[in-house]
Amino acid sequence: MSAYTEGIICVLCINAIAVMGVSLVTGYTGIFSLGHAGYMAIGAYTAAILTARYSFYFIPAIVAGGLLAALIAYIIGVPTLKLVGDYYAIASIGLGEAIRLILENGGTFTRGARGFPGIPNYTNLTVAVCSFVIMAFLMFNLINGRFGRAFKACRDDYIAASLLGYNTAKYRILSLVISGFYCGVAGALLGGFLLYIKPLMFDMMKSTELTSVVVFGGLGSMSGTLLGMVIITLITEVFRPISQYRMLIYGAILVIIMVLRPEGIMGQYEFGPGMFKAIKEKFKGDHYSEEGRKV
Amino acid sequence: MMAKKSNQNVLQLENLTKYFGGVPAVNDISFSIEEGKLAGLIGPNGAGKTTIFNLITGVYPPDSGKILFWGEDITYLKTYQAIGRNMARTFQNLRLFPHSTALENVMVALQQHHSYSFIEAITHLGGWGKKEREIKAKSMDILDRVGLADRANQKARTLPYGMQRRLEIARALALEPKFLFLDEPAAGMNPEEVNALNTLILGIHKELKFTILVIEHHMDLVMEICSHIICMNFGTKIAEGNPMEIQSHPEVLKAYLGE
Repeated sequence: MSAYTEGIICVLCINAIAVMGVSLVTGYTGIFSLGHAGYMAIGAYTAAILTARYSFYFIPAIVAGGLLAALIAYIIGVPTLKLVGDYYAIASIGLGEAIRLILENGGTFTRGARGFPGIPNYTNLTVAVCSFVIMAFLMFNLINGRFGRAFKACRDDYIAASLLGYNTAKYRILSLVISGFYCGVAGALLGGFLLYIKPLMFDMMKSTELTSVVVFGGLGSMSGTLLGMVIITLITEVFRPISQYRMLIYGAILVIIMVLRPEGIMGQYEFGPGMFKAIKEKFKGDHYSEEGRKV
Repeated sequence: MMAKKSNQNVLQLENLTKYFGGVPAVNDISFSIEEGKLAGLIGPNGAGKTTIFNLITGVYPPDSGKILFWGEDITYLKTYQAIGRNMARTFQNLRLFPHSTALENVMVALQQHHSYSFIEAITHLGGWGKKEREIKAKSMDILDRVGLADRANQKARTLPYGMQRRLEIARALALEPKFLFLDEPAAGMNPEEVNALNTLILGIHKELKFTILVIEHHMDLVMEICSHIICMNFGTKIAEGNPMEIQSHPEVLKAYLGE
């Protein structure tokens, strides 16, 4: 395998971990976020400082990056997610920018806007793939069980969910904390892969990219998110030779998908028998319209 | 057993009042419901029936008054604590989880009593498999009871309207309550469906020994199944009694037929 292919696989795995986190909070729990790059930045800088400066072994450093991001998510989530509405979306913009600015002005501790060089190369192909497999295993387990159902219930109708005994604020916060952890881990892996990080990598653009990939793949579909992420990452790679037009193509694809299939590539379905059954039924034609009235 | 407890009040409302702006939606309402009763709450549109349900289940707090449930003051209970008091309700305007399947809609309620830990949930080890199978099997039983077993894997929003109504009842049953609040379960149903619903509610009441309070517009349904009826108009209670008394009560006739 060439170093280039290995690199792409590493990037895919790292991005996959980050978008799984965003998919949980946006797709499954219905909280829009425009600041998840901030959690990636926290993870990346924590792991970078621990490994490069205090010579930690990389595994505890990555976990520490994830945990610190989760902690910040909890602190920001408690006041904003108790309210129902888009308060968190607005707060997350501020959060993402605040984290970036703190890192830029962190003096010698974060080395400011010039970035943090000299991170040990701990993210190789094995580490990236293993991390992805473990994180994906845990995530798919989580959504295929009581928590997945509870998150979806809180997303679809919080009054009904709370009358079923769910403290919906608690579930929204839990979902955000888990997604913060995923983005933190992804950021930590990214640092070990690029060997150099700077605050500008984790700006608004990165945050919107994460959220748009989730919408692109299908809100409420974890495998759709992963598929969407692979497509978007590969497209930006394929068009690398005409790099000045890459963002144009990226934008055009988002527009086309949203026009042709507003529910995202996978809609709300996951890969598996359920999806094929649904497709079959669609073609067989079980004649009920979206509103449930007989046609 | 019934003889010993038959006079115990499960639910007791004392001088309950709720204003929306300057308008009293519920004005000084008091009534109580005995254990094992199938009671009805009737009244014209805007009488404040659903507001009473919302006050009891904690969707919003009352301005004054008291709600006692099994003798315990639950006036300022939070919505998500209602399940701990063994009560469940349905909604006048359907509040299903539209993007989940019928089965998932029931499972999400039933899992409240058959929980497992977070660690078990993310690793699928330990009690996960056993508990999930248990939740699924019991949910299927409930779907079967309301006649939706063959629609278990259909998304809730694609179900026909009458079935969505029954799915809501199934979801409420899945909470394994002792007291069931049904908010206009027959709204928008044709006479045939109303009949089937009658049988269903009576069946639930008889077999599961629930206390049920049902809000309803269909007079025939209420008169047929309820043994105790409370009639409201403009936020106040105008009559209370058995179906015979209600049918001949002058205030009720005035509220429904005009003067």
